Amino acid sequence: MTAFDLKVRRYDPESGESAYWQDVSIELEPERSVLDAILKFKADTDNSLGIRCSCQAAICGSCGVRINGQSRLACNTQLGEASEELRSSDGTIVVEPMGNMPVLKDLIVDMDAVHWKKVQRVVPWLLPEGDPPEREYIVPGEAMIDVTQSMACIHCGACVSACLSMEVDPEFIGPAALAKAYRFVGDPRDSQTEERLRDLAEDPHGIYDCTHCFACIEVCPKDVAPMSQIMRLRRRATGDYGIKDSNNGYGHGKAFVDIVGKYGTLHESQLVPRSYADGSLIKSQVRPDSLKQLAEGLPTVLNGLRSGKVSPVKAIWHKKLPDQDQVRRIYHEVESRGERIELNLYIVGDEAENAQMGPDAGADEPAMGDAADVDTGARSTEEEGAGVQ
Amino acid sequence: MKVAYWPGCVSRGFTPELHGSMAAVAPKLDLELIELDRASCCGAGVIAEHNQELVDTLNARTFAMAQQTGVQMMNICSTCQGAQSECQQRLDADPDYRAMINSHLEPEGLHYERAGREWTNKNLLWLLVEDIGLDALRERVVRPLEGLRVAPFYGCYIVRPTGRLGYDEFPQRDFYLDWVIEALGGTAVDYAGSHKCCGFPVITMARATSLRQAGRHLADAIDAGADCLATPCPLCHLNLDLQQPDAEKYVERELGIPVLHLPQLLGLALGLEPRELGMDKHVVKTREVQRKVRELAAA
Repeated sequence: MTAFDLKVRRYDPESGESAYWQDVSIELEPERSVLDAILKFKADTDNSLGIRCSCQAAICGSCGVRINGQSRLACNTQLGEASEELRSSDGTIVVEPMGNMPVLKDLIVDMDAVHWKKVQRVVPWLLPEGDPPEREYIVPGEAMIDVTQSMACIHCGACVSACLSMEVDPEFIGPAALAKAYRFVGDPRDSQTEERLRDLAEDPHGIYDCTHCFACIEVCPKDVAPMSQIMRLRRRATGDYGIKDSNNGYGHGKAFVDIVGKYGTLHESQLVPRSYADGSLIKSQVRPDSLKQLAEGLPTVLNGLRSGKVSPVKAIWHKKLPDQDQVRRIYHEVESRGERIELNLYIVGDEAENAQMGPDAGADEPAMGDAADVDTGARSTEEEGAGVQ
Repeated sequence: MKVAYWPGCVSRGFTPELHGSMAAVAPKLDLELIELDRASCCGAGVIAEHNQELVDTLNARTFAMAQQTGVQMMNICSTCQGAQSECQQRLDADPDYRAMINSHLEPEGLHYERAGREWTNKNLLWLLVEDIGLDALRERVVRPLEGLRVAPFYGCYIVRPTGRLGYDEFPQRDFYLDWVIEALGGTAVDYAGSHKCCGFPVITMARATSLRQAGRHLADAIDAGADCLATPCPLCHLNLDLQQPDAEKYVERELGIPVLHLPQLLGLALGLEPRELGMDKHVVKTREVQRKVRELAAA
């Protein structure tokens, strides 16, 4: 048994008192969880401490809290490890309710008001077309690889709690709900793929409101990588359906990719105006709403010029890479194939990790052993422009 | 120490003072830079969003050119670090996939060799702590930044996801900027925003989200008493410095706190003059920082 010091955030809205920190000392084995410590404290000392929990085995997703500032499951965090973490001050384990959601009491947050409401927003059920088949729907196995990861979500809310976009924009649909959206966008049985994508691309708080900070990927206890699912939604919306949204998501992506294809490096002063014009100033008109957005950015451009960062010449002219023909050839080879190849690490795993598991784990097996089969299965190809067949 | 140096696009674009200050500070650190001036953009997460095979090939090409130099690779941009580490993770994970990507590089005789521990691609910040060492850095300081309160701003791409960014081997990478500031004699300011997002990736798509993020972190740093911020990421610099006057509107308060690039901060402590470090090329004027540094020199 080891003695652990916890600092627990307490708040009871019915008391009329403000929130406060409570010091909790518990003796337990270091392998036991933070949840065990809290439940022991409840049982032995103060039963009024509020926490939500059920399975205590990282399956139900009920006990999401923040431990030493990091959103995670209390049942899935060992006391010994938490007390030795670099961010825990002098070994004290700091336990708070999750972020981005209102606190109901102590460590319990209002999941209904935020998380579940957002999940409902994305229509989280299958919308097939036509009469249902006599028996089950038949789907090729490869077609489900990409959605496997999003299906692993246990709705603990850790990603919602950690989301840095939601911190400044509470209306952002958010990582959990958007990962759930991909679960249906990527499902070949669904008939509303384009409608779903258009909806999420046009919403100002949709897929283009994700700032790409990786916070959700870092905290997810089930490796759902919500941000990667959001990027898949963007890829499908722009690459497969060419959805030209009013948030400039399509324009920004297209402009960026085209500029690197042309020059090899980024030409920022072209990127900005082209982003507001569906990617190209020549081929399309700047939309009226984009003009307003472009105008908002003008003072910034002037500041850049005034500070001497950007010369007028540099703003217009950009040097190509000496070997730009190589870059262009690579673009052509990859893009002319008409299908995208993606390596899904969630399925493949990491070669280094596999190797570390020792010779018995397959590292010394013939090259065409089981591992090779897994590889083939996890490399999904998607036909360009293919919708729901 | 010799490195294959990838400066990135933005350091030669909208933050030229970063490229210049890195060149100026390298000799002070005994760093010999072999510039990868034929390498392409890392994709900054945007090309990856469009087509993974394309971005993995572009970065495999950069890695192959760096490997040809026979020394490890260094970048000066958190975003390049994160975007390239993401590609490297995929390339290293699957031999068949790697061979397929390498086949695109064959016409030029380039080939990416799976990286073990002998070849690495590190941001300057990691290289400073892990390869040069904080003691060696301390010995080189000629103008300790005593009294200068610096708020570190890391940039998402070198702090998350830890599983991909070498934190298993180097678990303290998210403290390095604080340590470097202290090694240079300054005071690292503790504030809420140090490891959060600057908002830059969505500046053209969700301007309010973007500038509320930048504005909030700047305001937190000011409230914590910082004289300036320092960042190893030029994209963060764009949102925190270039966009700062506009960010004021979104957080409804005055800001006006200078933001230094990591090589500029190093340069000041290693005896270079603010002008040599391009500190006159900022949108938020660096006068106050320069004044403090001058006072240090006089004392």
